Amino acid sequence: MPSNTIATTEKAICYHCGLECPTDDIRINDKFFCCNGCKTVYEMLDSNDLCNYYSLEETPGISKLNEVKRNFDFLDDSDLKNKLIDFTDGKVTTITFDIPQMHCSSCVWILENLYKFNKGITFSEVDFLKKTLSVKFIEEKTSLQKIVELLDSLGYLPNFNLDEKKEDKVKEEYKKLYYKIGIAGFSFGNVMLLSFPDYLSFTDKVTMEMQNTFNWISIFLSLPVFLYSASEYYISAFKGLKNKIVNIDVPITLGIFVLFFRSLYEIFVIGSVGYLDSMTALVFLLLTGKIFQNKTYEAMNFERNYKSYFPIAVSIMKEGKETTIPVDKLEVGQRIVVKNNELIPADSILISERANIDYSFVTGESQPVEVINGEMIYAGGKEIGEAIEVETVKEVSQSYLTQLWNSKAFDKKYESKIDTTVNFVSKYFTAIILTIASSAFIYWVSTDLKLAFNAFTAVLIIACPCALALSTPFTLGNTQRIFGRNKFYVKNTTVIEKLSNITSIVFDKTGTITETAKANIQFVGNEISLEEQSMIKTLVRNSSHPLSLRIASLLRLGSKQKLDSYEEVSGQGIQGLINNRIVKIGSHSFTSGTLYKSNNSDTSTKVHISIDDRQLGYYQIKNVYRGGLKKIVDSLKEKYKLFILSGDNAGEKDNLLEFFPDADHLYFNQSPHDKLNFIENLNKKEKILMIGDGLNDAGALVKSDVGISISEDINNFSPACDGILDAKSFKYLKDFIRFSITSKKIIITSFIISFIYNLVGISFAIQGTLSPVISAILMPISSISIVVFTTVSTNMIAKKRGFL
Amino acid sequence: MSAMLILIGFSLSVAIIFLIAFLWAVKSGQYKDRYTPSIRMLFDDKKNNDTNSNNHININRSNQ
Repeated sequence: MPSNTIATTEKAICYHCGLECPTDDIRINDKFFCCNGCKTVYEMLDSNDLCNYYSLEETPGISKLNEVKRNFDFLDDSDLKNKLIDFTDGKVTTITFDIPQMHCSSCVWILENLYKFNKGITFSEVDFLKKTLSVKFIEEKTSLQKIVELLDSLGYLPNFNLDEKKEDKVKEEYKKLYYKIGIAGFSFGNVMLLSFPDYLSFTDKVTMEMQNTFNWISIFLSLPVFLYSASEYYISAFKGLKNKIVNIDVPITLGIFVLFFRSLYEIFVIGSVGYLDSMTALVFLLLTGKIFQNKTYEAMNFERNYKSYFPIAVSIMKEGKETTIPVDKLEVGQRIVVKNNELIPADSILISERANIDYSFVTGESQPVEVINGEMIYAGGKEIGEAIEVETVKEVSQSYLTQLWNSKAFDKKYESKIDTTVNFVSKYFTAIILTIASSAFIYWVSTDLKLAFNAFTAVLIIACPCALALSTPFTLGNTQRIFGRNKFYVKNTTVIEKLSNITSIVFDKTGTITETAKANIQFVGNEISLEEQSMIKTLVRNSSHPLSLRIASLLRLGSKQKLDSYEEVSGQGIQGLINNRIVKIGSHSFTSGTLYKSNNSDTSTKVHISIDDRQLGYYQIKNVYRGGLKKIVDSLKEKYKLFILSGDNAGEKDNLLEFFPDADHLYFNQSPHDKLNFIENLNKKEKILMIGDGLNDAGALVKSDVGISISEDINNFSPACDGILDAKSFKYLKDFIRFSITSKKIIITSFIISFIYNLVGISFAIQGTLSPVISAILMPISSISIVVFTTVSTNMIAKKRGFL
Repeated sequence: MSAMLILIGFSLSVAIIFLIAFLWAVKSGQYKDRYTPSIRMLFDDKKNNDTNSNNHININRSNQ
């Protein structure tokens, strides 16, 4: 749309937010502001001596240009308050806010200096990666509502969410892992030190008495490792066996137990040194792998349900005054006010004259729907344009939209199916190792019982799949980081493995392969002058038709022209008299007065413009497909089955066929339930990657093997999914899939390497000649070489493919 | 050689002190947020900061 942007001259830049100032009127001395909102924030900071905000970072502020006045009365509701806060003793309250706008060091600084604005705030602390702010305040001196109002006035409006109070559990999990690894590392270092004389064959210089002391200390040090640090492997192995799955933790547990008890036997019965150094090293290395794998994107949430989409509060009229109440307290039959871009929380009836409801969130239908007085509006629709008044007819939890969440797909934990490569291998691995160990035992048992016992345990010790267990976390953990750098954020490392196994890819249309609403409209025709643009804007401002609103939002200049007459012809268009010129906007036949020969191949919506019967051209509203879509589809269509599930009608079918080869694989008019059922059926024979964006895809995303949600802004809401893909990185989709397959190959290669190590070790072990020294050398070497191999090879391949 | 035992005793107790320090650090939440403190330490607490505006700190949004 180059023809209708206004030529820009050198303009002042807002001192607060860095936007261009439309006028030079708003200023304080030499500092210019784009709007009064920004100026107010500056004055607030200035009066509190907090202008350091502007010296930490240039123009750090959040623009107040499109600011609307918000009402936070609902925060006075004590039930709601109790759900939001972390802790209170009646006097001092702690609360954690989600603040997605946080973006620079100035934000951290100002938010941690909140106490200077409000004396009731005693403490405020930012977690920058999580984008949270913890505030402690004194109830007597201030209130939650006042703090939120303060944050909002500074531009940091918190994101309220009733559904995300799971943080405490996560916090404890991370602590446990650190405790375990700390203890394991401590024991490993010290036990190894005590084993040193043995490694260097200084045993003759160490007296029996000293060796005894060393052994006792080693046992004492390795007990916490055996009992605490390694406990999660025992639990996981036990759980696996209970479900008849031999996971990788089974041979690990076996190895640790044999190591520990054989060491005790060696020390107490034989009177030599044990393998305690190997055991502590093993646990330490395994836990390191776990830490590496446990990368999470804290600011993102992969498990949202419908509640997080809904507003936490609604506006109502009470005694002629507008106030807000929590959405939980909303009753059937209550009248609520819904403003521009707000979501309708419950199925309701329109009281106002007319409304434009955007259901794209729910159905995927991209065009807003015009609703007139008395008609139903369904929950999840978004009002576009003027504020409307509606009367609720159903409870929030009973609406059409929320019923999707009653589907079984959301009940069960869908990750119970463990089919990772490592578990597949470990099943056979454990069987083979046990066979070898028993064979060695049987072979020796007739000649020497002690040797037979030695050989049996030695095989289990040396075959302990440390390298095997480390290759997956290090390869996939590294892949996850590489993906993250390229703006593809996956929930956990299993997703990468699943991604490498997919056979079909299902795309949603609107918002996924098309760009979002704003880019969809463009002017086709001769260049139109600024004056003409202003006339068009004046005219469309008088109409509430969805298309008029689109055009109005495209033309950013003011509409100061005087409208002398105005007429709306239903189903045709609008016309008006401006400066004695007749402006017509609408269908081709309406603006030109002639019959329009429709061109069948073009299904896009057009709005024609004429001034004084002169055709200027038309605004074309059509789906703009994401850049590079053709290339991606071409590269994917040979290997994978591609499907489209669209909530829209079949109008775009012909356009889509240019990209997608198979007309049978395009499905239109799909409701969220249809999508869910489609995935469910397809899942019987295919492994599915589903890519979607809206709430309407939520069910399908959960049900598919890998559900990726695509987002223009990764901090925005996205439905429950396995990964979030930044829209800018959509063009690399094929590369991501390919890299996940490469990662899997790297894992398999490292398995082969670790088997070679095992073969060497086992050849010692079956002869019963495994000494603690060999064990202590072989185990770390094999593990560390695997770690180095996997990280180096993933990084090298990533670099070669341009990922790093 | 009994001097060795004493030395081992010493080295172990030093190591245990460090272990306890580490466990305490985890418990008190020092590992909870490993990024924000790196920003926070660069703030000046001086009253009049408008003069040293050449102290720009640029933090690239971490590409975690």
